[in-house]
Amino acid sequence: MPSIARGVARSERNPAAWLFLAPALILIAVFFLLPVIAALMLSVTDFDIYALRDPANARLVWLENYARLLRSPLFWQALRNTLYFAVVGGPLSIAASLGAALLLNGRTVRLRGLFRTIYFTPFVTTLVAVAIVWRYLYHPRYGLLNYALGWIGVAPIDWLGDPRWAMPAIIIMAVWKNFGYNMLIFIAGLQAIPTELYEAAEMDGAGSLSRFRHVTWPMLGPTMLFAGVITMIGYFQIFAEPYVMTQGGPLRATTTVVLLMYEEGFRWWRMGYAASIAFVLFVIILLATLVQFRLQRGEER
Amino acid sequence: MNRRLASVLLYSTLVIGALLSLLPILWMLSASFMATGEASSYPPHVLPDHPTLEHYRALFTRLNLGRSLLNSVIVTVTVTTVSLFVNSMAGYAFAKLRFRGRDRLFRLLAAGLVIPVQVSMLPLFLLLKQMGLINTYWGVIIPGLASIFGIFLIRQYTLAFPDELLDAARMDGAGEFRIYWSLVLPVIAPVLATLSIWTFLSTWNDFMWPLIVLSDQDHYTLPVALANLVGEHVQDTELMMAGSVLTVLPVLVVFLFLQRYYVQGVMAGSVKG
Amino acid sequence: MNARGAIAVIAVALVGGVTAGGCAGASADAVTTINFWGLGREGEVVAQLVPEFERRNPGLRVRVQQIPWTAAHEKLLTAFVGDATPDVAQLGNTWIPEFVALDALVPLDDRVAASAVVDRADYFAGIWDTNVIADTTYGIPWYVDTRVLFYRSDLLDSVGYATPPATWAEWRDAMERLRARMSPRQYPALLPINEWPQPVALALQLGSPLLRDGGRYGAFSDSAFRTAFTFYVGLYRDRLASSISNTEISNRYQEFARGNVAMMITGPWEIGEFRRRLPPELQDSWMTAPLPAPDSLTPGVSLAGGASLVIFRRSRHQDAAWRLVEYLSEPEQQLRFYELTGDLPARRAAWRDSVLAGNRYARAFRTQLENVRPTPKVPEWEQIATAIAEQLEQAVRGGKPVPVVLAALDRSVNAILEKRRWLLDRGAIEPAAPVGATAGTVPR
Repeated sequence: MPSIARGVARSERNPAAWLFLAPALILIAVFFLLPVIAALMLSVTDFDIYALRDPANARLVWLENYARLLRSPLFWQALRNTLYFAVVGGPLSIAASLGAALLLNGRTVRLRGLFRTIYFTPFVTTLVAVAIVWRYLYHPRYGLLNYALGWIGVAPIDWLGDPRWAMPAIIIMAVWKNFGYNMLIFIAGLQAIPTELYEAAEMDGAGSLSRFRHVTWPMLGPTMLFAGVITMIGYFQIFAEPYVMTQGGPLRATTTVVLLMYEEGFRWWRMGYAASIAFVLFVIILLATLVQFRLQRGEER
Repeated sequence: MNRRLASVLLYSTLVIGALLSLLPILWMLSASFMATGEASSYPPHVLPDHPTLEHYRALFTRLNLGRSLLNSVIVTVTVTTVSLFVNSMAGYAFAKLRFRGRDRLFRLLAAGLVIPVQVSMLPLFLLLKQMGLINTYWGVIIPGLASIFGIFLIRQYTLAFPDELLDAARMDGAGEFRIYWSLVLPVIAPVLATLSIWTFLSTWNDFMWPLIVLSDQDHYTLPVALANLVGEHVQDTELMMAGSVLTVLPVLVVFLFLQRYYVQGVMAGSVKG
Repeated sequence: MNARGAIAVIAVALVGGVTAGGCAGASADAVTTINFWGLGREGEVVAQLVPEFERRNPGLRVRVQQIPWTAAHEKLLTAFVGDATPDVAQLGNTWIPEFVALDALVPLDDRVAASAVVDRADYFAGIWDTNVIADTTYGIPWYVDTRVLFYRSDLLDSVGYATPPATWAEWRDAMERLRARMSPRQYPALLPINEWPQPVALALQLGSPLLRDGGRYGAFSDSAFRTAFTFYVGLYRDRLASSISNTEISNRYQEFARGNVAMMITGPWEIGEFRRRLPPELQDSWMTAPLPAPDSLTPGVSLAGGASLVIFRRSRHQDAAWRLVEYLSEPEQQLRFYELTGDLPARRAAWRDSVLAGNRYARAFRTQLENVRPTPKVPEWEQIATAIAEQLEQAVRGGKPVPVVLAALDRSVNAILEKRRWLLDRGAIEPAAPVGATAGTVPR
């Protein structure tokens, strides 16, 4: 193709391209990449509030922060809580999204646009604001939720005060807030499935359940992977919900990895230790992403 | 299954789902008009007995939340507009301009997407401290100006732009910036709209970074001010609901007016949550 | 969408946004603006004292910022780290050692010596002492604070306590009698489980040093602390106090007014809040009393302290800032402040006024202030206090045995103090004096 040939001819050294790139690249390099590298260095020191006053008070501790992390019951608890949130909340969110998408995908559904908008509304709301709203909805005594459960004979639950219920409560809120987003992705994915496939399956005498299993599910695979990875990455970084609703309690049942990092780094200013938490989070997200890709590939085979 | 029964089931499920989606938001709205203490009554009140605007008045007078509203607008509008230029220029360059190491550089950048932003936060704070930007609007704005994801989005969309048009414009002697400005931008307007709504929503709703960088009430954005308020006024349910309404309302309005662009963007598989 | 139109709109908005930002950042040159950070309700109320100050000092303006107590420590430290500290702030006394360790505060001895208003002899000596680190004064006490019992006198009367319980045994007995008459949703006492001052005050009553070896290690497994802690945890175990944290209480004044709780341990600022928020018909049905003592021989000590006014080293208006500190320390302003908040003045001169002398709710505080102990003056105290609250929650909600919880507390406190021990060994900092019998402080 001539245009490419010409492009290559005038390429190689292209000052205009670098001018276009410069603002973005400089900003990303200075305010993201450089800090990430600095964080790695920070994580092998015990840089803290004493060191902020006088750098001589910082010690090079090599991997001691990581070792302390692995010895710290609080870190393991935060890790468990985060995994709980991601592993239970993630699939629940996806399931709710998929259910809503399937309902709305029926060709005969009226007012599809309206329902789609309504379902999507929680997603665009400000997390801090709705977390505060839910905090009151969850109130054991005056909250609407316990009142509604009372109708069907469920005894009042101390949602945010009981360590067993606090994380489920946050998960319920997160599913409520987030399902609309993946719902849209799934609607798009469903619309991309060629109708011939369904027609062919129908000719073979497949029922609606079997059509779902043999056509919808496999065809939705790539969309699922995309939605799953995005949701998982987001869920591993959960911070505002516990910060606003529970401050990590009760009994640390909702202290997540990022909340712990915030507390260590920006509350107690143990910045070296906090940096090591951030890197562990990075590794976990990386692993989770890889595992998800691997699972998906295994299924395709 | 009976066809009518199926449709009754379908619609009742849809309506229940819609109610569940909206109830927290509607309750927030209703409780914000209740008199002090009314939202903590048993059995719960669904609608205010005597609707009052006192909590909104308190927010704007005594608690100075109007200031936070202004701060949120300043920060969000600045980030949205500047980042649109920064990201669209870079995205366009990656898609349509040729230069040495382009693909390698782009892959490197894309790899940065897996690094959670929290990793950079501690040193970024120290860096901004050195620059004297802690507790300023710029401390919140600058880290949001360039987004790998935004560049990615623009690039994917711009790839389809025909090279012939660019070459023709160059033959006519148009400068590179003029080509980008008058030829490319109008054509990629839909993705610009999607990106700007996405940036607007995520900047408005952002909490962790403004919480860290802003220590002074006069600079708080709405989410930070609201979290601050709940620390002091957790007892005043109705007041907190009014504050939540104030925080959520602007994004809801923006979303409802521009949802076409946003929803299309998400459904094109392009917008990240 | 018309891209050019959109860009024009965007450009206008951008210029508007940044200009507005620029304006907000600038301050007028003609007057000096003093930035003042007040915490909690005090931050809201102090604004009412400002106009008089500005009238007297035409060249000075005061910008007051209110920070909730729950976020105050965090915000103040962030401001310090980000070089964004205000000129003057209200600081919980227990935080002073921490900010001194950071070299964030200005020594005030010379200014005090030269001042016609701030008269050291007029302050409660023990309270003043909490502001002194290594013989240097860093804060001027603004108000004093201690913890006493607030109770519904009608409810206690109905179970046979016409006078408030004076010993732990009586206190428990009163609660048990109330328990017997209350529904399961009601509680004799409201003691938020995320608050450390209550168990710490009880431990100080038994003479616990809290830390040992100059603030190198925790002393929480000692018998004094263990006994007090066991007693306190027992109140929750026997459902005499509700095991919720103060973030989960919907409205403590409402609960108190409805008789859903009959007592709480809290500070003087609540006098004002109770007057403001409780319905008029209940105003004769509540009272305050000094903390019950372990037995009739030991005095029922409590934490002493409150908040001080400090000037930050980075302030460029230290002279103006000191004028504000002096103004707020005038006995008349102390009294006005007391009337607005119920916070008790740090100066004896203000206490002699009839307004305060006639306040029956304040009497318990005055009695209590005779019997106060400080918390250890180590920079890590806030972290240690948080660890105490956390282990209290482990014991109450987690049901862990007290010795296990206290061993864990010692472990985590010793870890917190590791850096301190290293710095002490290098001679980089001074060891802390043991907890004396004078006074301490407690932010809420």
